[in-house]
Amino acid sequence: MSTFLLLTITGLGLGAMYFLIASGLSLIYGLMGILNFAHGAFLTVGAYAMWFTESKLGGVAVLPRFLLGALVGLVVGGVFAALVELFLIRPLYRRHIEQVLVTVGLALATVALVTAIWGNDARSVPAPAWLGKTTTVAGAHIPNDRWIEIVTAGVVLFALNLFLRRTRYGLIIRAGVENRAMVTALGIDVRRAFTLVFALGGVAAAVAGVLSNVYFSTVDPQRGTSLLIFAFIVVVIGGLGSLRGTAGSAVVVGLVQQYANYYASSGLGDLSVVLLLGIVLLIRPRGLSGSFA
Amino acid sequence: MTRLTGLRRWVVPAVALVALALVPQFAIDIPYVFKSTINTPGTLQLLALCLLFGGLALTYDLLFGFTGLLSFGHALYFAVGVYVTCIAITKWHWGFVAALAFTALVGVLLPLLLGAVSLRVGGIAFAMVTLAFAQAGSILVFKNPHKWTGGEEGLGTDYTKLPDALVGIFNTKNLYWVALGYAAVVFVVVQWATSSSPGHIWQAIRENELRVEVLGLRPYAYKLMAFVLASFLATGGGVVYLLLLGGATTEVTSANFTLTLLVMVVIGGTGTRYGALIGGILYTWANQRLGDASSSHAVSRLPNVLRTPLQQPLFVLGVLFILVVFFVPGGLVRIGRLRRPRTLQRLQEAMQK
Repeated sequence: MSTFLLLTITGLGLGAMYFLIASGLSLIYGLMGILNFAHGAFLTVGAYAMWFTESKLGGVAVLPRFLLGALVGLVVGGVFAALVELFLIRPLYRRHIEQVLVTVGLALATVALVTAIWGNDARSVPAPAWLGKTTTVAGAHIPNDRWIEIVTAGVVLFALNLFLRRTRYGLIIRAGVENRAMVTALGIDVRRAFTLVFALGGVAAAVAGVLSNVYFSTVDPQRGTSLLIFAFIVVVIGGLGSLRGTAGSAVVVGLVQQYANYYASSGLGDLSVVLLLGIVLLIRPRGLSGSFA
Repeated sequence: MTRLTGLRRWVVPAVALVALALVPQFAIDIPYVFKSTINTPGTLQLLALCLLFGGLALTYDLLFGFTGLLSFGHALYFAVGVYVTCIAITKWHWGFVAALAFTALVGVLLPLLLGAVSLRVGGIAFAMVTLAFAQAGSILVFKNPHKWTGGEEGLGTDYTKLPDALVGIFNTKNLYWVALGYAAVVFVVVQWATSSSPGHIWQAIRENELRVEVLGLRPYAYKLMAFVLASFLATGGGVVYLLLLGGATTEVTSANFTLTLLVMVVIGGTGTRYGALIGGILYTWANQRLGDASSSHAVSRLPNVLRTPLQQPLFVLGVLFILVVFFVPGGLVRIGRLRRPRTLQRLQEAMQK
């Protein structure tokens, strides 16, 4: 039972990271029709910005250093994503294949640049000691960082929902996903929402980057790419453009991966996720949820 | 492009083939382009890799450029050629011919099965399913079942099972001819296939799948045909790669490997006679030579800001790729034609469906 609980919480923690990456991917695809291959690069940039900040603040106590690093990571991730939209995506407006190709090139180039500057090896990221300890719940020793991951993803989901439902820009984004031409016809400049969605997605991906720094306690150039593939799977299973579907499928994918890795054999978790994607697409080609938010 | 008819369209490829076949016979030095004279083993190996990837990029273009199928899993079928042959020879101790026959069988059956499943969805979903299948293959290789694949360390080939003429540094010119033969075969097959009647339907599917369906044809069967053909040709490329490199490495299974194929095709020009071929050759050459250049004197004297990015060929190629997408939308073969190519326009309409 305690193993099961540990696996469940760890699976939820992993699912939380998948959700954070996938939510941005899903919003960007839903609104702009772009499959953003550079999303992993946003994560990597955010994660490295955090590590870099922490490494420059050698004398400071761990907690403020960690929090400041995380904050810088989020800001850098968001700004980077917004700049990408403004300078690389926007000039190719309505040329979807080219936009996807540009994100592919950007993903390759960013990973190569990070490798060139900081090397291919994993760098350790200092975190408060509490995160490395465990809490005992019903006999299971749960690493404390899992709680942070789950709570953060929950807060982001809540905040995104609030933003989409209660604000004017949220309304424009939701309307844009449903029918972009109509929103434009009503005289609303939907392109400003594009930059916003990219920035939001970038921040969410950077949050995932910060959390992955805590989860793995290191950062390496391939981190974004390897998480991105699972985030893609999450987005497709959940239904492109649907936030709630994305959250649900992130949890399912995280749990399936953990359970299969433990109860069947290690490595089988990844395979079963792929299998799950195949089954879902064959039964419901549009993903589990067709609706948005 | 004006359509060339009959034998005339084969004149340029035939001349190029003869010229390339004669390369190992001449000790020509081309400074900066190659490190040593073109008939030395080192340069021949690089040329062979270039030709191999030229052919491989063409197989990818058969899917992407000619049929409009954006697959992110092409690496899987290449990896089948590399790994299945290598495992059959090294781990099961089969003879070379038996291993080739078995690889060919897998190279047809696997894309038939996986293509049949993944082609049930279109557009982005198809891209994702192919990506997922390729990822499954990659995980399998890393998991190293029965210690067959060698896990992340890769797997060397048992040289004793290979024909003598294809082993050793003195025989690099033979390997070069094998790679040239591969590129030539792929070129001819793709030419023949795309100008056959199913080939015309592939291009019609790329332009407007719904219309093909309304005309009473089943796009599914034709797409599967293109998928199996392209995958089988890629498997052949995997075998050539194994011979050239003498072993299997995990990088051929990665999603990034397929992305580099996409980069090659787009840099060269999609859905054209020579575009993908030229893109693959240029990319492979640039990747290798940029790696060499980063350790050269000229680069080491540059300030850090310039030198650091230049150490990673993939950074330079990634940036070049973005520039091509921005400023030469049809790829290098369409330089000088100002009109935006219809192909890409149609493709993106296909993606929006």
